[in-house]
Amino acid sequence: MKKTPLYNKHVSLNAKMIDFGGWMMPLQYSGILQEHEAVRTESGLFDVSHMGQIMVEGTAAREFIQRLITNDISKLRDNSILYSPMCYPDGGTIDDIMIYKLNMDKYLVVVNAANTQKDLEWMQSHRDGDVTVTDASEQYALLALQGPRAQDILQKLTDIPLEQIRFFRFMDEVNIAGISALVSRTGYTGEDGFEIYVSSQNVSRLWDSIVEAGQEYNLVPAGLGARDTLRFEAALPLYGHELSEEISPLEAGLDRFVKLDKGDFIGRDALLKQSRDGVSRKLVGLEMVDRGIPRHGCQVKADDKIIGQVTSGSFSPTLKKNLALALLESRFAEEDTRVDIVIRNKSLKAKVVKTPFYVKRYKK
Amino acid sequence: MKVIEGLKYSKDHEWVKVDGNKAIIGITDYAQDSLGDVVFVDLPEPGEVVNAGDAAAVVESVKAAADIYSPVSGTIIEVNTELEGSPELINEDPYQNWIIVVEINDASELDFLMDAEEYERFCKEEA
Repeated sequence: MKKTPLYNKHVSLNAKMIDFGGWMMPLQYSGILQEHEAVRTESGLFDVSHMGQIMVEGTAAREFIQRLITNDISKLRDNSILYSPMCYPDGGTIDDIMIYKLNMDKYLVVVNAANTQKDLEWMQSHRDGDVTVTDASEQYALLALQGPRAQDILQKLTDIPLEQIRFFRFMDEVNIAGISALVSRTGYTGEDGFEIYVSSQNVSRLWDSIVEAGQEYNLVPAGLGARDTLRFEAALPLYGHELSEEISPLEAGLDRFVKLDKGDFIGRDALLKQSRDGVSRKLVGLEMVDRGIPRHGCQVKADDKIIGQVTSGSFSPTLKKNLALALLESRFAEEDTRVDIVIRNKSLKAKVVKTPFYVKRYKK
Repeated sequence: MKVIEGLKYSKDHEWVKVDGNKAIIGITDYAQDSLGDVVFVDLPEPGEVVNAGDAAAVVESVKAAADIYSPVSGTIIEVNTELEGSPELINEDPYQNWIIVVEINDASELDFLMDAEEYERFCKEEA
């Protein structure tokens, strides 16, 4: 089992540790509900060092990435970030990734922990021209400081005016409490916040500095449990749930990250066909009408026939409702459509609702 | 971890308070702590007949759903409907906030349950 450099810190904070894709990660410290609420109203600090980092370099790096992803990297500027699915020729999703443009010939690609090896192999096997693909996951540790107080807290530790880092932008070699870091205004919670990349040796010191600076803002350490309920309310996809090798980004409703007119890329033909013919399945939001909590894998029925399944389901701590994301036959995707979710062999009523379930206006 | 003297305990972390021929049943402090924040309780209908070891109710936290097994056979005569609106009561005081009451068919089944001391040892071994 792999451990992040902060493993001992989590144990000393009495975190409940779980196996997450081969990593020992904190599920919760004080409790998922409290940590969730703290991130929505104040701020929370997450160790997400399990995420994979892949460095792509060379004069052909940009063209190489462009062929692998569904989004369009051609207009991406230095110090900006692109979110994109990466697909197989059949349109199924290999992973959803973040691409940080360090310069014209150098990109930091951040991938889901459990997919790191698969992504590396895929990328390496598609190399063409002057491009190198290197696993940099061991060098980087990653903290996510999330919530409306995130900027106030981090600003105490750096002279760089953080308001200059806009949404999906980053700055490299920022001095934070004496530690050099790459800071991006990104996250996976639906709140404002930062993700901070530092070398593994320095992350423990950085964690302590942020915790201390955050005291006056009620900062709490937050685990993967709250991270999941937060991203779920914001309807941000989780690989293995809303996206998978069997689910295309168009089915998952990620149309705005699929640029069919950007030129050729892997998966384009299949996605173009889905786009022309219309997808047969669609990701929708569901709200329970009956009492019950839908969970990943629950069947969804209409008139006693299976029409899809729940990809993620949970009690929503912010909205106090039982909600689900579900992949349904497209004709059931319209808002207010009534369906049944099968929970413990009982068909319980639910209705289609808009996603994201929760929207916060924050700095863009 | 809190364990209360005078109650009986199951290996599935239910507690039983015996009151005449009635068994008042809830989940232990150990159980609520390992579940985490309880956000949903699914109760049976009073009148349902259960065998010892049957799933009689469901308690769900944010992350997980746990079946609550009746440690004794009998008829469910009461359910704690307050938990439907306030499931967090189970976290706040798991011994005060019982889940179901079963009219006991066979009192000898109680002999298979642990006392406080045995249960405490059992939890330590499990952890």
